[in-house]
Amino acid sequence: MSAELTAILGIGQTKYSSTRGDVSIAGLCREAAYRALEDACLDWKEIDAVVIGKAPDFFEGVMMPELYLAEALGAVGKPILRVHTAGSVGGSTALVAASLIQSRVHEKVLTIGFEKQSESNATWALSLPQPFSVSINAGAGGYFSPIIRQYMSRSGAPELIGCMVAFKDRQHALKNPYAHLHQNDLTFEEVVDSPMLWNPIRYSETCPSSDGACAMVLGNEISGDRAENPVAWVHGTAMRSESNNFPGRDEVNPLASRQCAADVFRQAGITNPLKEIDAVEIYVPFSWYEPMWLESLGFAELDHGWRMVEDGTTSLSGGELPVNCSGGVLSSNPIGASGMIRFAEAALQVRGMAGDHQVDGAKKSFGHAYGGGAQYFAMWIVGAEKP
Amino acid sequence: MSKSNSFRDVAVVSVASHQTKILSEVNEVQLMADLISKCRNSAGVTQEEIGFTCSGSSDFLAGQAFSFVHTLDSVGAFPPICESHVEMDGAFALYEAWVKLQIGEVDTALVYSYGKPSAGSIIDVLATQLDPYYVSPLWPDCFSLAALQARLLLDKGLITLEKMAEISMRSQKNGSDNPNAVRSSKDVLFENLMNEPPIVDPLRASDISEIADGGCAVILAAGDKAKSFCERPAWIKGIDHRVDSHTLGVRDLTRSPSAFLAAEKAGRNTDRLDLAEIHGMTSAQELILEKEFDLNEETMVNLSGGSLASDTMMASGLIRISEVASRIISGQADRGLAHATSGPCLQQNLVCILEGE
Amino acid sequence: MADPNFPPASLSQEVEIPESISGLEPVRSVRSPIRLLYDFVPSPPVQEYLRAYSKKKILGHRSPIDGAVFVPPRGVDPRHGVLIEESVELSDKGHVGNFCVTHLPIPGRDDLETPYVSAWIHLDGASVGFLGLVAGCENDEVHIGMRVQAVWKEEEELGNTAENILYWKPTGEPAVPIEKAGNRAWDQTNE
Repeated sequence: MSAELTAILGIGQTKYSSTRGDVSIAGLCREAAYRALEDACLDWKEIDAVVIGKAPDFFEGVMMPELYLAEALGAVGKPILRVHTAGSVGGSTALVAASLIQSRVHEKVLTIGFEKQSESNATWALSLPQPFSVSINAGAGGYFSPIIRQYMSRSGAPELIGCMVAFKDRQHALKNPYAHLHQNDLTFEEVVDSPMLWNPIRYSETCPSSDGACAMVLGNEISGDRAENPVAWVHGTAMRSESNNFPGRDEVNPLASRQCAADVFRQAGITNPLKEIDAVEIYVPFSWYEPMWLESLGFAELDHGWRMVEDGTTSLSGGELPVNCSGGVLSSNPIGASGMIRFAEAALQVRGMAGDHQVDGAKKSFGHAYGGGAQYFAMWIVGAEKP
Repeated sequence: MSKSNSFRDVAVVSVASHQTKILSEVNEVQLMADLISKCRNSAGVTQEEIGFTCSGSSDFLAGQAFSFVHTLDSVGAFPPICESHVEMDGAFALYEAWVKLQIGEVDTALVYSYGKPSAGSIIDVLATQLDPYYVSPLWPDCFSLAALQARLLLDKGLITLEKMAEISMRSQKNGSDNPNAVRSSKDVLFENLMNEPPIVDPLRASDISEIADGGCAVILAAGDKAKSFCERPAWIKGIDHRVDSHTLGVRDLTRSPSAFLAAEKAGRNTDRLDLAEIHGMTSAQELILEKEFDLNEETMVNLSGGSLASDTMMASGLIRISEVASRIISGQADRGLAHATSGPCLQQNLVCILEGE
Repeated sequence: MADPNFPPASLSQEVEIPESISGLEPVRSVRSPIRLLYDFVPSPPVQEYLRAYSKKKILGHRSPIDGAVFVPPRGVDPRHGVLIEESVELSDKGHVGNFCVTHLPIPGRDDLETPYVSAWIHLDGASVGFLGLVAGCENDEVHIGMRVQAVWKEEEELGNTAENILYWKPTGEPAVPIEKAGNRAWDQTNE
């Protein structure tokens, strides 16, 4: 029995900002869900199930928030699942929702990722003292910087590649009304002169902390055929995990990432990613991860991904493979939603509904999320036509 | 859920679980490495052959954000595996794995969950599960909420203190055969249970589940694969889950409509059920569930002692499924209902109906 | 596409305030502190590790599968999910597998002067690294492959805690070549 074709019928986002003081957590989620339903031209009661994902419960201090959110998400009397796979959660949540359709268990599923960072205390959540290890990590940047440094020394990449990525993503964000950072007057020099946080990562090369929610309505083939607005069709989905510390691990280019990408490309029948994919939304919370992921995923040759940044290949303005036209995680980062935003933005591209940050004629796009110590990966490929 | 007979046949083929009052000789990672190995070995499958792995656990229970990351070590995720995680009881992880098997690309799945409630204070932890603006800041503890529910049932004449004590007695007697039972007693006396002073009126200590550390691992397999792993697989005939309103004042706490609905969608009909493993925090909740599931004297309820004997948050539901499955696999029973709950006062419920050939 | 800044029409209905509280200032937010206490009981491998650590000994766990040594010991080999029972003693010398120069102070660590170097230390005989602080030289002298040695607290300050090693200082020995540093070392011995 083959999988049911899955369509993305509707997408809803909230304007990402540092503080959404006008809505509660429930209000934030409902806003995104409402917009997704509106885009899908569906009513709450037509949804069969809800799948929600977010980063650790400790952030907002609400344990298992799917319980509190049951009413706000129209889930009373329906199944609701809560996915948690660290930073990749927005992506894996979309994949769990897709599997409910692919398996024919449900016909229409609402999926949502959110984070209300203004109501959370991430420092408290992440710094719960673990008595048996030394606490000197100073955050995710402290974890990923050494890995980035390794990439730089392996590939011989010029020092300012990271700044180029950050500048490009912030330029892209100006064309995305939902993005958090709208740095209208930002210059490249300002990016370079920004204070160094964890060498080689400067402040300007890190992601903001945002409030926000992103929701999608997924449906089966018939729903996709009947939809009033253009839909995106799922061509491939994949998830992979590996341990974050084992002998011989390649932390720069994790095997789990390579295998996950190979699987999703195989499912979608893609043999030349650079040529066949029109738009890419990948999870880049620290600038250098753009060239690193492009290599790991197979869009660029090993040690050469940085050239695609340098020569403008990844820019919306005329690049062959525009990356993160939405502004990416570097421009908006409600952690629990960030992965889903990547998946949703990929779908917006092939639906032709990405507005000012639309890649002309995009037919196939790639969505990606990662989490933990670069150990959890979730990816999907969506297309304007059925697979 | 659509017509159940159009779904792929998926069965539980092996289980392993362990519960104890306080886990001290090993940590969760070592416990799960042991249970997962036992479970795989008993089915005769290696991690590389397993198509999908899914687990359930809670950061708040562990006292650490991203706590599930460490436990991935128990699985042996090398080469990299296709793996997911829910911040819910393992029963819901099993549901996700069942869905994955329905798609048809993989034939086997590993499901596991664990909890170490002894590390923290369950009443403080569970208070954070409530509406963060209106309810949680009042810090209502889970036992008081369950007591409110029991009080409503008593005042409406739907249950009696005697009926509650009968449930407690059943749990303690049944549990005496279960090495995982933390509280059990072959010779427990009804009078003693009735005479216990309330901990949170009207709940006596024996009416409240016995918190325990532990974990559980389960292997699912589809079609012929299941038959190759196990002589008598426990086939999942139906599985469904539903949720009720969170706001306590909005719903009738003497009922659990989501439990009723989940059972209906999972295929609970008039066919005989040999056994049922139901997951409640109190004896009063077990009485509600027996009614929602329409269980009568034909069905043996909580032969394991149930969660009253040993309640490991995040694993109790998966353990209920494993208890029904293991009795079907061993030939002791032909058809059973397993249940898992989440949230205050039976807000969310999962029902799984299993059958042997 | 609808304006992202305005809530959807149906969600922005005016709420009618009852007469009796019409003059009151609405509550816009609540601050609700959470305090949760957890007892972390170290498992036997960690207990053994900490006790040895208090005597300036570093223990690792050796995998029964292929002899890979994990430090700190975690009780299982994460590649295979098998229990590890064998402890080995490691020297307190090794090299820097990876590092970064951090300019951000860490909450609760006022003893660390920024900028400081945090590094993945690969001990001689170990198959994986762990986090440590590198000091005793200029930050820009630190490099991948640099040989280091532990600087322990004074005898009377040692305890059953990971804080016994203050930092790692360079030994001045020739560096491990980059192709053999950090996780690459394992590839070299096991190809």
